[in-house]
Amino acid sequence: MEYHEKTPIQDARKYKVGDVIYITGEVILARDEAHKKLLEEGAPLDLKGSVIYHCGPVVAKKNDEWNVVAAGPTTSIRMEIFEDEFIAKFHPAIIVGKGGMGARTLKALKEHGAIYTAYTGGCGALAANRIKGVKEVHFLEELGIPEAVWVFRVEEFGPLVVTMDSQGNSLYDEVEKNARKNLEEILKQIEK
Amino acid sequence: MIDEIVYAIKKAETQLSEDTVKALKVAYERESNPMARTQLEAILKNVEIAEKHFLPMCQDTGLQTFFLDIGYDFPFMRELKTAIIEAVRRATKEIPLRPNAVHPFLHKNSGDNTGRFVPYIHWELREGDDAVIHVIPKGGGSENMSGLYMLPPGVGIKGIKKKVIEHIFNSGGKPCPPTIIGVGIGGGADLVLTLAKKAAILRPIGTRHEEEFVAQLEEELYEMANKLGIGPMGLGGDTTVLDVHVEYAHRHPATLPLGIVTQCWANRKRKVRISADGKVEVV
Repeated sequence: MEYHEKTPIQDARKYKVGDVIYITGEVILARDEAHKKLLEEGAPLDLKGSVIYHCGPVVAKKNDEWNVVAAGPTTSIRMEIFEDEFIAKFHPAIIVGKGGMGARTLKALKEHGAIYTAYTGGCGALAANRIKGVKEVHFLEELGIPEAVWVFRVEEFGPLVVTMDSQGNSLYDEVEKNARKNLEEILKQIEK
Repeated sequence: MIDEIVYAIKKAETQLSEDTVKALKVAYERESNPMARTQLEAILKNVEIAEKHFLPMCQDTGLQTFFLDIGYDFPFMRELKTAIIEAVRRATKEIPLRPNAVHPFLHKNSGDNTGRFVPYIHWELREGDDAVIHVIPKGGGSENMSGLYMLPPGVGIKGIKKKVIEHIFNSGGKPCPPTIIGVGIGGGADLVLTLAKKAAILRPIGTRHEEEFVAQLEEELYEMANKLGIGPMGLGGDTTVLDVHVEYAHRHPATLPLGIVTQCWANRKRKVRISADGKVEVV
């Protein structure tokens, strides 16, 4: 299924692994330091039903206005140590990143009806193309440009591929299971 | 020469190297997994937008890295280092680049991609009076999937093959596949990783090592890696690596170092050639 959705997201439980979503509205950026900071100090904005994007963007000021130059996803598994607590505390609907996340996050997605989606890694220019402006930014002074909490206005931001849904399915688990089987075959072949 | 280095950084960051574009297009044509095709399509679309609008192709504009290949009689030796550092500062502002130089103790970002020992400059000398600067900004996600294994020499080439394939399996989707894998064998812990990095990035995709048994190992590792089925971005598919390049050095009898460097699809690399008469050219 293909979805074109507006934020905030009302119910993320309907999305299944393999679905593709395009987002119009707001996307909130948070990576390593931002997760830590928000969990420690609380969020300065409402995150319920939000789309949280693991991304450290290239942003530059042009004529006193922020201009998003590149904004592809960063590796999500680094946030595994924070994400379950983050989901339980702030109730975002969609986590966007790359590479997938682990068992702790999968459990939290199930418990709180959220999903994880993959955005093609490295596609910073494609993403910037769909970002229409900066609404606000938090913790810029302390965390710097790549780590700050940016709120981007987006139009048809995607393709976001659902790879972990709220029913406990993970495409990564499937791919890994299959790859592990292949690995064992290959290792046997090498041994011959 | 600063202008040309800034231009080479800009070209590297915004125009994907021709060998990589070609390899991605071939992979897209061949790929049988529909999920994988969406990922390769997004990458190719992204590359097109980046080139058209002079935008960095990836928001991680990398750790600014320079491999220098210099003739003993090159007359502008003294200017190289300061020119590179100045070019990085200017490129950071002009392109712009993401500031990617963070103090490991103070967590402070220098803001201009320079700092202690960065930009990283690797110097190599040879006969001649010209210099080539390889401009190779390197992404952090793929760099995290590097590996150094000090194997017991008894495991031989078989042991190396196993380790490389296990390493690619364990990396999964994290280094933004399809990747280019550089494999170093022999030397010591430091040399083996330098060999691997040069093999991964400086060698064009699709080329084979000049020695037959090394070329054969490359071909074999390439086939096996793509049989894993990890696919673009780890979502499954036929395209896990675009190529595997191997380089080796003689080893100490007691050691068998294996170095693995992973390069993401955003295989950014350009060259600045400087002749003895001061002519500068960006390739």
